[in-house]
Amino acid sequence: MDAKETKERMKLPRQPMGEQPAKERVKNFYEVPLGYTPEQAMAEAKRCIQCKKPLCVGGCPVGIDIPWFIKLIEEGKFVEAARKLKETNGLPAVCGRVCPQEDQCEKVCIVGKKYEPVSIGRLEKFAADFEREHGEVMIPNLPKWTGKKVAIVGGGPAGLAVAGDMVKLGHKVTIFEALHVAGGVLVYGIPEFRLPKKIVEAELDYLVKLGVEIELNAVIGKTDTVDELFEQGFDAVFVGSGAGLPNFMGIPGENLVGVYSANEYLTRVNLMKAYQFPEYDTPVIRGRHVAVIGAGNTAMDAARTALRLCPEEVSIIYRRSREEMPARLEEIHHGEEEGINFRLLTFPKRFIGDHEGRLIAAECVKMELGEPDDSGRRRPVEVEGSEFTIDLDVAIISIGNGANPLIQQSTPDMNTNKWGNITVDTETGRTSKKGVFSGGDIVRGGATVILAMGDGRRAAASMHEYLSTGEW
Amino acid sequence: MYEITEKIELSHSVYIFKVKAEKIAKKRKAGQFIIFRMNEQGERIPLTIMDSSNEDGTISVLVQEVGKSTGLLCGMEVGDHIADVVGPLGQPTHIEKFGTVVCVGGGIGTAPVLPIAKSMKEAGNKVISIIGARTKELVILEKEMEEASTELHVTTDDGTYGHHGFVTTILQKLIDDGVEIGCVVGIGPVPMMRAVAEVTRPYKIFTQVSLNPIMVDGTGMCGACRVTIGGENRFVCVDGPEFDGHEVDFAELTLRNRSYLKEEKIAMEELTYHEGPRCYEKGDSDGR
Repeated sequence: MDAKETKERMKLPRQPMGEQPAKERVKNFYEVPLGYTPEQAMAEAKRCIQCKKPLCVGGCPVGIDIPWFIKLIEEGKFVEAARKLKETNGLPAVCGRVCPQEDQCEKVCIVGKKYEPVSIGRLEKFAADFEREHGEVMIPNLPKWTGKKVAIVGGGPAGLAVAGDMVKLGHKVTIFEALHVAGGVLVYGIPEFRLPKKIVEAELDYLVKLGVEIELNAVIGKTDTVDELFEQGFDAVFVGSGAGLPNFMGIPGENLVGVYSANEYLTRVNLMKAYQFPEYDTPVIRGRHVAVIGAGNTAMDAARTALRLCPEEVSIIYRRSREEMPARLEEIHHGEEEGINFRLLTFPKRFIGDHEGRLIAAECVKMELGEPDDSGRRRPVEVEGSEFTIDLDVAIISIGNGANPLIQQSTPDMNTNKWGNITVDTETGRTSKKGVFSGGDIVRGGATVILAMGDGRRAAASMHEYLSTGEW
Repeated sequence: MYEITEKIELSHSVYIFKVKAEKIAKKRKAGQFIIFRMNEQGERIPLTIMDSSNEDGTISVLVQEVGKSTGLLCGMEVGDHIADVVGPLGQPTHIEKFGTVVCVGGGIGTAPVLPIAKSMKEAGNKVISIIGARTKELVILEKEMEEASTELHVTTDDGTYGHHGFVTTILQKLIDDGVEIGCVVGIGPVPMMRAVAEVTRPYKIFTQVSLNPIMVDGTGMCGACRVTIGGENRFVCVDGPEFDGHEVDFAELTLRNRSYLKEEKIAMEELTYHEGPRCYEKGDSDGR
């Protein structure tokens, strides 16, 4: 590509993504972005200048060959583009939707230095959707069985990444999933309107077609222990058991009826389909005045889910200011469009209940930002005498998770840190216990789908090496 | 899918089901529970494991029809299948040689008490059991409890069988008679467990109660089952289900267990509409 063409390409406008209008979408659980048409995708792909040393690849936690797959889209070879993606990323339809691209590949895109970056995430979603919707999903030829068996604890993003890589390397793979359906946070946490569950099902179906076995209702640490998996003939184990028990604030009234953790609220609505109650049996309190405490991606998911259950008001209560909100900009933007009320520099001091122990209000206090704390962010300080009360019948606490204790309790010879998260060598995912690897939230304590998948891919490479050489 | 291999009617709307679940049967210890889900639309409901058999790989659970999910389960017959059964969950009961252990079962809470009484006796304890019910026909598992215990007392609230009165009356009498009690295990409706804990509190007798809050995943992820124990938040699914009865905030547990009364009614109306009228008493899934 000569300099002139590069220049011209950089000037091409970024293709906008169609969306369901905010007023419409808050009444349903359908996906918000509509996706590119083939013409739009090819036009957007044309904006990529095919850098000789592409920075975007380095910005991707799993190192997708981004210019290559975009080139294929530009040429109209959509199925080939999807297959290129799948060489490095087992779940492109998922990652195209939920990755924070603005902090990864798109952040370092050269076009973005002067203009808007290439929409890498939207192109990834387009290619993966095209392949799936056109029935073009291809099952690659797999190598002969190596004679090795691999157990994966937890069917979430980390475990699925390990499963995809290991089965393609010729190992027998079994996923042990505690819930009645695999997918982890992709099915219990991320809402339908951000990640339709049929996409997760298709990805799981693909793994099963590759020969991965999925054992549901299997809680490792209870139904079987890690040591018992070895006794049963598994040669290596990957622990990707995910997020653990939710954190609470420790303020009065937190156990009133109507106060949920984000985990519980999202699990009820997404996994158990409480939004379809009573067709589905699991209920959720819908509430008239709903507030989510916290401002991360999970908080945004919870708030936008609550909006779709038809309350009068949904607010986000956050003790710092807009700049410090950890959620993706796109999610905050979507939430604003949909009508979430952001109560910033505000914090609840206590929840107030009625005589039946049901939440009716929260006493909040105004905050101001003081000196920077250890995290470099300005520390929020209470403004004295600024207490005020808001009506509230549902509060959703979204301030992070602790570690799930089940595996550690039953595997005492595997090291964990003081918070109960499993300690690993970050390059290889190897734990202190021979043959056991780990990654995702049980190691990180709360991160993203793509980081968990990156952990899984590194662990899989190291696991393959271990199974081939026997060296630990 | 998990096959039902046996169904025994104990009393009105109370059944014991044997369900094929080999791994759980092999693993489970007294005090642990399972979560079941009837079908694709079903809720996840916890139930205490009552017994198990390694020979045929089954677990036994006792169920009382109290809502839609338990109603559907109680409508199942031998050879039918339950979509999901997961376990064994929770921590096993703290079993050791205490000397004399008093096992108290209220209503169908007698079912989860049975394996504990057995284990306590196997551990070399003298086991005095007290089982109580509202009326004679609701007394369950008397023969089994008799076998599992050194001594058995039966009470009914209306005096139609055994001792006329509450389980706590007998417990208080044992204490007054100078029986050296090393540990009390009390399982039943929340008010009964609370009353048992209040009887033993002045004497500082170690009292274990088994809590049955609302759960969703049951594996330490969602936090629905949190209860205040000794002023701190604890999670029944991974820290329990048994706790020191003197530390439990029973009032909070009672209110939290009523979270979805309105929704349960709606669900039942749906069921009634589809399947004809049924009669239910309100309570939670273990009938407590």
